[in-house]
Amino acid sequence: MKKEKSVQALKHRRTKRCRGDVIFDTVTFIILTVVLLIVAYPLYWVVISSISNPSAVSSGEVLWRPIGFTLKGYSEVFKNKAVMGGFMNSIIYTVCGVLVNLAVTLPTAYALSRNNFSGKKPVTIFYMITMFFGGGMIPTYLVVKNLHLLNTMWALFLPGCLSVYNMIVARTFFQSNISEELYEAAEIDGCTQGKFFFKIALPLSKAIIAILVLYYGVGHWNSYFSALLYISDKERYPLQLVLRNILITNEAALSQSASTEAARAALREKQQLMDVMKYSLMIISSIPMLAIYPFIQKHFVKGVMIGSIKG
Amino acid sequence: MIMKAKKKNSLQQMYTIPKKKKSLRQILKKDMSLWMFCIPGIILTFIFSYIPMYGIQLAFRRYNAKAGIWGSEWVGLYYFKRFCESPYFVSTIRNTLILSLYGLIVSFPIPIILALLLNSFRHKKYRKVIQTVTYAPNFISTVVMCGMIILFLSPYVGIVNNFLKFLGMDPVNFMANKKYWRHIYVWTGVWQSTGWNSVIYFAALSGISPELHEAARCDGATKFQLIRYIDLPSILPTATILLIMSCGSILSVGFEKAYLLQNNLNLTVSEIISTYVYKVGMINNDVSYSTAIGLFNTLVNLVMLIIVNKAADKLSGNSLW
Repeated sequence: MKKEKSVQALKHRRTKRCRGDVIFDTVTFIILTVVLLIVAYPLYWVVISSISNPSAVSSGEVLWRPIGFTLKGYSEVFKNKAVMGGFMNSIIYTVCGVLVNLAVTLPTAYALSRNNFSGKKPVTIFYMITMFFGGGMIPTYLVVKNLHLLNTMWALFLPGCLSVYNMIVARTFFQSNISEELYEAAEIDGCTQGKFFFKIALPLSKAIIAILVLYYGVGHWNSYFSALLYISDKERYPLQLVLRNILITNEAALSQSASTEAARAALREKQQLMDVMKYSLMIISSIPMLAIYPFIQKHFVKGVMIGSIKG
Repeated sequence: MIMKAKKKNSLQQMYTIPKKKKSLRQILKKDMSLWMFCIPGIILTFIFSYIPMYGIQLAFRRYNAKAGIWGSEWVGLYYFKRFCESPYFVSTIRNTLILSLYGLIVSFPIPIILALLLNSFRHKKYRKVIQTVTYAPNFISTVVMCGMIILFLSPYVGIVNNFLKFLGMDPVNFMANKKYWRHIYVWTGVWQSTGWNSVIYFAALSGISPELHEAARCDGATKFQLIRYIDLPSILPTATILLIMSCGSILSVGFEKAYLLQNNLNLTVSEIISTYVYKVGMINNDVSYSTAIGLFNTLVNLVMLIIVNKAADKLSGNSLW
């Protein structure tokens, strides 16, 4: 092993970098650094703006570091009942949604991963059709309405309880990690499929469960469209819908209603505080994602790789 | 992708000893527990995906809330005609097409370039940093993203206009000017998703055996040649599949972002099919008309997918099925 490595190192040294390569490396370095800055700067700016003095932010003084450190924006957010309620709702919706997603996706994926399963083809086709053809917004809405699910959290996650893409990722994982022989061995010892799934297959599949939890969880936390359709009771708004009202609808109202000079000045001051609050709000709403991001990054990438074997 | 699985299956069938054919009942009995595993998913998908498909006939009926879907009067293609004759027909389709083609042309090659550059980058640690940072925007929710766009571009307090003022230029009200709307929509999309979209290509690239590179290096290939003759051909199949997939959804530009970035001043360029379907159906309560437009959209997508898939199959041998 050691010998091999040293041989490789020698080879590397022998193939000298020619001038073209040096230019190539430099250009790559510059391009990637520019990309890094373009992506990172807006994110960084939101963070420093959220802890800066409101008037400094709107006058454009805040560029590289926070000016006039204050946590006014954050305290404003915590005072806001709608935001806190939405935050709690979103947590509940996300947790319940993910549980339902897992309860539906994992067994289906497991069954479809068994080679001798007679339903493999029909069930796969059953799901493939939904990928390319669907009823659309209104017919789905009517079904939800007729089942009396409007204004309940079930409307948010039952219609999309199984994402075909995630199911395929899980199926591929089961196919390559839970072998048929393992089941045969367990069967000889008197194990049923159900028992095998819960006692042996699931404990061996922690990686894929983590990936699914993250895929579905991020989806639930970030979505607002289904809530916009199905939830009209303000008490039950998820965080994203509350955010929409504050971040997007309010902005338009404030900038339009300024007519006289005095009113404009007063409004501008109010708007400045509002803006800083918005930056704080963006950060607070992203905290759950930020907290699990290091964890996410590893698993998300793994999930894409499992998926890419198929696609 | 499915082809491979098929091949494997047929191979297995060839080498296993043919068994006696069992009756359907016996097969079902043997697989009973596996069928039970599928049942929750099948029931829920049936209720929330297949019943709505049946409900599509609303597009051919004049919806009457009292009579329900089945009791409503049959009007044939009336709503399709109405859509074709309405001024929104041309404008929404044009907006949707321009937006998605523009988005496709811009956001399809950029992740590939990023992945190729990252793959040939020498500093492993710095590469990790770049990857971590460029993936991050993908996890920002659409609402927060649009909030950021609107705040950054705001004519009074936005950082972009502050910068323009600093350069001595007049502030521009970006969101109110329809000239800028498409560029804003597409390029913020690039900012948000390029890093994440490059993951799949990066995964494909890391599957290339290093011996290929070493051999080429020994023959005196430059780094650019490595990319041109080894890396690029090896991610071509992945790229083709992804291109087919995105062509199939060419008329289904996402509702979420476009709806949030809309205002009355940019509506002439920002009204796309999905937002129009939402407004007609949920706000104007014109249920049948909205369903008809939605169905029209789905059918066009389906046809596009089939055409592009055929074309890709002929041209490169890569296809979805």
